[in-house]
Amino acid sequence: MTNPPAAPAAGHPTYREAIRAAIRDALDADDRVFLMGEDVGRYGGCFGVSLGLLEEYGPDRIRDTPLSESAFVGAGIGAALAGMRPIVEIMTVNFSLLSLDQILNNAATFSYMSGGQLSVPLVIRMTTGAGRQLAAQHSHSLEGWYAHIPGIRVLAPATVTDARRMLAPALADPDPVLIFEHGTLYNVAGSDDLDEVDIDSAAVRRDGDDVTLIGYGGTLGVALAAAETLAGQGISAEVLDLRVLRPLDEDAIVGSVRRTHRAVVVDEGWRSGSLAAEIAARITERVFYELDAPVERVCAAEVPMPYAGHLEQAALPGPDDVVAAARRAVG
Amino acid sequence: MNARGRDLFASMLRIRRFEERCVELYSARKIRGFMHLYIGEEAVAAGVFDALGADDNVVSTYREHGHALARGVPMTAVLAEMYGKATGCSRGRGGSMHLFDVSRRFYGGNAIVGGGLPIAVGLALADRMRGADRVTACFFGDGAVAEGEFHECLNLAALWRLPVLFCCENNRYAMGTALHRAQAQTDLALRAASYGMVAWPVDGMDVSAVAAAAHRARAQVAATGEPCFLELRTYRFRAHSMYDSDRYRDAAEIDRWKQRDPIDTYAAELLGSGELTEQDRTELEASVGREIDAAVGAAESAPREPVSDLTRFVLTEPEVPS
Repeated sequence: MTNPPAAPAAGHPTYREAIRAAIRDALDADDRVFLMGEDVGRYGGCFGVSLGLLEEYGPDRIRDTPLSESAFVGAGIGAALAGMRPIVEIMTVNFSLLSLDQILNNAATFSYMSGGQLSVPLVIRMTTGAGRQLAAQHSHSLEGWYAHIPGIRVLAPATVTDARRMLAPALADPDPVLIFEHGTLYNVAGSDDLDEVDIDSAAVRRDGDDVTLIGYGGTLGVALAAAETLAGQGISAEVLDLRVLRPLDEDAIVGSVRRTHRAVVVDEGWRSGSLAAEIAARITERVFYELDAPVERVCAAEVPMPYAGHLEQAALPGPDDVVAAARRAVG
Repeated sequence: MNARGRDLFASMLRIRRFEERCVELYSARKIRGFMHLYIGEEAVAAGVFDALGADDNVVSTYREHGHALARGVPMTAVLAEMYGKATGCSRGRGGSMHLFDVSRRFYGGNAIVGGGLPIAVGLALADRMRGADRVTACFFGDGAVAEGEFHECLNLAALWRLPVLFCCENNRYAMGTALHRAQAQTDLALRAASYGMVAWPVDGMDVSAVAAAAHRARAQVAATGEPCFLELRTYRFRAHSMYDSDRYRDAAEIDRWKQRDPIDTYAAELLGSGELTEQDRTELEASVGREIDAAVGAAESAPREPVSDLTRFVLTEPEVPS
């Protein structure tokens, strides 16, 4: 399973190149940093992110692992406990379930169970999401599950700048940070405006007055496309990019909904028990009386992701679904 | 009196008497939750920790009272933790199964069977990458051998040549399931050897044998930087946990193993050779009793963590400049 690295758009790095540059910066800045995962070395990374890094940094710091998610994620935790700054790459969120024990029972709990004696300064990167006809075992969006867990931070870079700039603060965080990279974004080129990026706050990607479209990662583009369509129909949509799934920037969500009085949450996870459910609940808790319409949710269909292209597209939240939801909200 | 023999004996006795008091405290509802006793297995902790240096790392399991005490975690901090008090070694957030003392490089206290093995591999990986020459001792039971992590981690440690001393405490039962009912190959050292590492079976009821094997194994790991595996064949005299009615094994089997009680047999050996006198033994018992009494008193009077601190330590707290 791999995507060929795409040629960059003139003058602009791709999301893939941005992450590679961020990893290179981290390796240069701190000799405690190393990258570990399946095929990150000789193969160049399953998605080509680490292509060339083995030649630059050697096999000690660009460390190929066996197909042993639990062992190498746990080894990352142990190395972090011992003062290293590992970046662990898991091929996809689907495979991360084999290491969920280590992430949840160890990485997320050691600080608390030890009464504050331990910190786990570990970064775990993984791919998430559908859209490439990879069927059910390579396409699910489970970042909402991880956002459920206290003791970790969960990031979802949706832009090239975030892909480039979130890694450094993630590595500086003394606690475990999970970074979810949507698989359809790797070939997207964009400007990296060299801004400092934080890993605490959401960002308004488009201003609007009538409705707030809330997305993240792979659904930011869906929300932006919907906002463009809505603009043509005379509806002004604000687009909020969550960026950080845990802890949620609740003030940004509430602030935007206070202005627009309507919200549509776009989430590639399944609707039942989803991150979208959490966001809708928080909006209801905080600004119920300021809502002019029920909070709408546009999520993936509740099916294992199908292979056939038309079925997969039907299962995914698309711009048309978001437009319809926003129009219902605006009434 | 031979100091080393006395130390090994005292270490075992201290663990045994401490846990016997824990049984009383559990019955009195002072200690709650799951509590897994080490009674019968003391020779393993006493022998292995005799071989470890202060700078070595230790990764333990949920049956770790003996490991913590042998490592030098103060008994007061261990017992206060089981009481759920603020003075506990994990500030009341871990309990019996999650004893931590990072100052002594004691990295828990892991209640997921096999969950500590990758952590040990990672600690050793960091040491390898940074040129530290310490050894990481990783304890786990025979039950963990059935987990995928056992195989992933032995493979990784051997593949990457990491300085891990794997200490498999084979007490014959994974909770209530006898080894032969769960494992196609019950020779665990043989299985470890198949990963290309040196692996020895050791009589885990004989503290001298454990100590000798552990010293040899630790020296080998330190010298080669490669993993080594000890299968410590032992037996727990008590049930798996305080909730276990122990219906899966018969009394005759337990009695047979109790004939080999590591403390009684070692005492007889030391008394026979004149390395220990009855007076020494009486004095050790009294001294251990006093230490336990003091720990109980301290735990009783220790403050509880304030509920207002419930959410502390979920994330690392920023250091306050002094």
